[in-house]
Amino acid sequence: MEHIVIIGNGISGVTAARHIRKLSAKKITIVSAESDYFFSRTALMYVYMGHMKFEHTQPYENWFWKKNRIDLKKGYVENIDTENSTLHFTEGDLLTYDKLIIATGSKPNKFGWPGQDLEGVQGLYSKQDLENLEVYAPNNKVCKRAVIVGGGLIGIELAEMLHSRNIPVTFLVRESSFWNGVLPNKESELINREILSNGIDLRLSSNLKEIKSDENGKAKSVIIEETGEEIFCDFVGLTAGVSPNIDIVKNSNIETGKGFKVNRYLETNISNIYAIGDCAEQQEAIGNRRPIEAVWYTGRMMGETVAQTICGNRVEYKPGHWFNSAKFFDIEYQTYGWVWAQPKDNEARFYWEHESSKKCIHINYDKNTREFIGINTFGIRMRHEFFDKILSEKQTVEHVLEHLTNANFDPEFYKLYEKEIVAKFNAENNTNIQLKKKSWKRIFQVN
Amino acid sequence: MKHIQNIGLGLFLVGLSIFTSLIFIGKYEVTPEVLENIINNKGIKSELFINSMKSNVVGKEFSNPFTFSSSMISALETANESHKQNSEWDKVIWDKPHSFAYEIVKQSGNGIIKENKWLFWWLTFGLGILGALMYIIPAVIVKGPPGIKNNGIWFNAATNRGWVGWLVFIFLVGFYLLLYFRPSYIVNWTYIVDPISENLSGNLASQWFLYGFLYCVVMTVMAVRMYIKYRHNKYQILRTTSVLFFQIVFAFLIPEILVRFEKPWYDFKNAFPLDYDFFFSWNLDQLIASGGLGLFILIWGIVLTVVIVPVMVYFFGKRWYCSWVCGCGGLAETLGDPYRQLSDKSLKAWKLERWLVHGVLVFVLMMTGFTLYAYFSGAEGVLGIKTQTIQDIYGFLIGSIFAGVIGTGFYPIFGNRVWCRFGCPLAAYLGVVQRFKSRFRITTNGGQCISCGNCSTYCEQGIDVRAYAQKGENIVRSSCVGCGICSAVCPRGVLKLENGPEKGRINPTEILLGNDVDLMDLVNQK
Repeated sequence: MEHIVIIGNGISGVTAARHIRKLSAKKITIVSAESDYFFSRTALMYVYMGHMKFEHTQPYENWFWKKNRIDLKKGYVENIDTENSTLHFTEGDLLTYDKLIIATGSKPNKFGWPGQDLEGVQGLYSKQDLENLEVYAPNNKVCKRAVIVGGGLIGIELAEMLHSRNIPVTFLVRESSFWNGVLPNKESELINREILSNGIDLRLSSNLKEIKSDENGKAKSVIIEETGEEIFCDFVGLTAGVSPNIDIVKNSNIETGKGFKVNRYLETNISNIYAIGDCAEQQEAIGNRRPIEAVWYTGRMMGETVAQTICGNRVEYKPGHWFNSAKFFDIEYQTYGWVWAQPKDNEARFYWEHESSKKCIHINYDKNTREFIGINTFGIRMRHEFFDKILSEKQTVEHVLEHLTNANFDPEFYKLYEKEIVAKFNAENNTNIQLKKKSWKRIFQVN
Repeated sequence: MKHIQNIGLGLFLVGLSIFTSLIFIGKYEVTPEVLENIINNKGIKSELFINSMKSNVVGKEFSNPFTFSSSMISALETANESHKQNSEWDKVIWDKPHSFAYEIVKQSGNGIIKENKWLFWWLTFGLGILGALMYIIPAVIVKGPPGIKNNGIWFNAATNRGWVGWLVFIFLVGFYLLLYFRPSYIVNWTYIVDPISENLSGNLASQWFLYGFLYCVVMTVMAVRMYIKYRHNKYQILRTTSVLFFQIVFAFLIPEILVRFEKPWYDFKNAFPLDYDFFFSWNLDQLIASGGLGLFILIWGIVLTVVIVPVMVYFFGKRWYCSWVCGCGGLAETLGDPYRQLSDKSLKAWKLERWLVHGVLVFVLMMTGFTLYAYFSGAEGVLGIKTQTIQDIYGFLIGSIFAGVIGTGFYPIFGNRVWCRFGCPLAAYLGVVQRFKSRFRITTNGGQCISCGNCSTYCEQGIDVRAYAQKGENIVRSSCVGCGICSAVCPRGVLKLENGPEKGRINPTEILLGNDVDLMDLVNQK
């Protein structure tokens, strides 16, 4: 029986295993050094905040693996012997495979800052990071102040986490406004305000120069590059992005760039080795997507895809339209299609913001063809299916606005803003779009 | 703000302590007039009992309700035993001993509480309400801006099955045991709500009036908490207002006012089979004897169960009843909300749930079938089983132990919907309709789920919501009461409760939206 070994029990590896099991009777082994069972990495923040216990982050009960004949092996792979299709573990034991799927995920970026390896300095990615957080920042007695370096999604989550335990937070953001490499200015500013209103000491255009150590090798302060200011702290969170975790192949002949280089079939240069998820680097970019996408759902999609290939139906990885979501303190964010930080030449924008400054939408469309390109929505939930269909059918911005009631995904009885939004668009563009009534038929595509 | 909360907590605990200690205060004495009254009202023919009462109880002062009740109960039981031996059936006193004792104790208490009903109302209910509100209201500021603030729930001994939770558990179970099985011990509690009862129904408060009033008070105070906690969520605000309204008006005020006009006590929203004694002969007789209104209630009760309930479930899901109208649901959604995360999400629990809840449904239907057969045929029982016996077993096991002692008492241990999930026959019936013939579903928003597990953790019914959400599959589960909290706690806007066409409502998917269109078609259509 063919033996499929998967390194990494994150969403990519586990999805691959589940789908291979659905499609075949192959022997499957998942290898992980991080945890006994699959857990949802995105939920670690809620464990620290006391919303959940760690066991709640595990999407499958512990009996699930045995029942589905998925073997779990705890161990750290030191070396991959591609000649003999064998994994070497740090404990010295070996595991042979017929096909290998690498799904090792990411690790937090460190840019060679002085002091970056001190005690009390860490990223927020793994279960171990969560455990260390409980050591260095369990409360505001042990941790009188925390400094977070890097203004991305993990940075703001870490800020929210520490804030939930009343730990004062200084948030160093390299950019002139939060996440403005991804978000257009208006949204970025809206999030700046949200961060500040939660009492976070937000420092924009601020780089880390160094982290200073106390006599015990523990972080005691950080120095800001621009001002030279020293900020005393007991904890430093490094959240300047993540990069593929390719440590395990140092001595192998698997081709790597930033990540494991894969073709559209998620195959590496070695014929029986595949790479999926955060650690995979596409040799050719897919549409407007980046070659490395450290996003939950892309890991899942690659797992779904590679399972097909491994089970005899060789298919390309063809992700559909871009979408994503996040939550910035109390403001939920969803995006469908593309809304770049800066409009391209052919693009026009429409922006609406609620008077509370907690909700907004930003639509991107082609000013010549009127084709809808993407939407950012903050504080209003919208339907993935609606926009996926719009994007596939290449509908116009007018069509989207006309049917905006069908897009809304907020809970029942929530106040609706479609009229206001369409009126603003009409006023700005001299159009006369009439908002259509909500239609279950269209929403659920019942014919 | 923290100080205000601490003072509030202190006041609440003082109120609670006084309330609890009332049981042990006061004096009891049966006067010859009281005994005379009871004998006449009840038509007691047992001279054994009367003599025993006269020599052992009447004219004596008891300093606590326990010895007082037990001396009367032993008088009653000894008398009954001897009458039964001698087949003097007309002399046997058939009342339940503790209910019987309650009536005498109620008339025999005296002392400080009975003389200062309002004072003690303020010292117990008053302090409790004031303290609780002082604890709850500062959350507006303490917990930060509107939004989901479940911070620290799993670190708090009150909400993570810690020692506070166990103390609350002991208190609640104790309360229900007294209420159902030893009402004669809690007569002092009923004194302090006598003035309110007299204003409403004209009668002195029974233990059930006390319970109804306490229920409304607790729900109101905890509804304030809900209003604050979910002030950003209109679904929750409306839902809370609705359950509160139905509890206070339908379950409390209207029935009491009916009694004032000498009509039968009836809760118009309490549908059979949750209202399990609706078809009991005493109720049918009472309704038929009550003229036009009684007849209306009889027809309404049947139409409610047979037509209104299922039709509404078809359009809106069982939530219209379970989390918008029902009293049990109302308490679960207010007092119980802090405990919702304690429900068991395992597959085992789900299996147990299906056996138990449908078992109770079968039980109640059988009991009702037997009862109606006996009612119309005049027989005492069916297949050699006395209907009275079945009714007693149901009333004890399901009506009291399951719904009350376990259903509410176990809030801090097993979560707030133990009864609704494992025991309620009406929920089982609604669930069948919801699962197979309804427009209600929780829609999953394409591929947005990140499997974080907030939805499953906070599902009071123990549904593993995430298991569906992460597959991009709608949630169509019979046990879902549509409380909407999964949708509220979701950080990615994945879940939406809605009513839509039946077609496509159940949508198992293997490949999620967002992936290759061809692959989705290939796999999902297989």
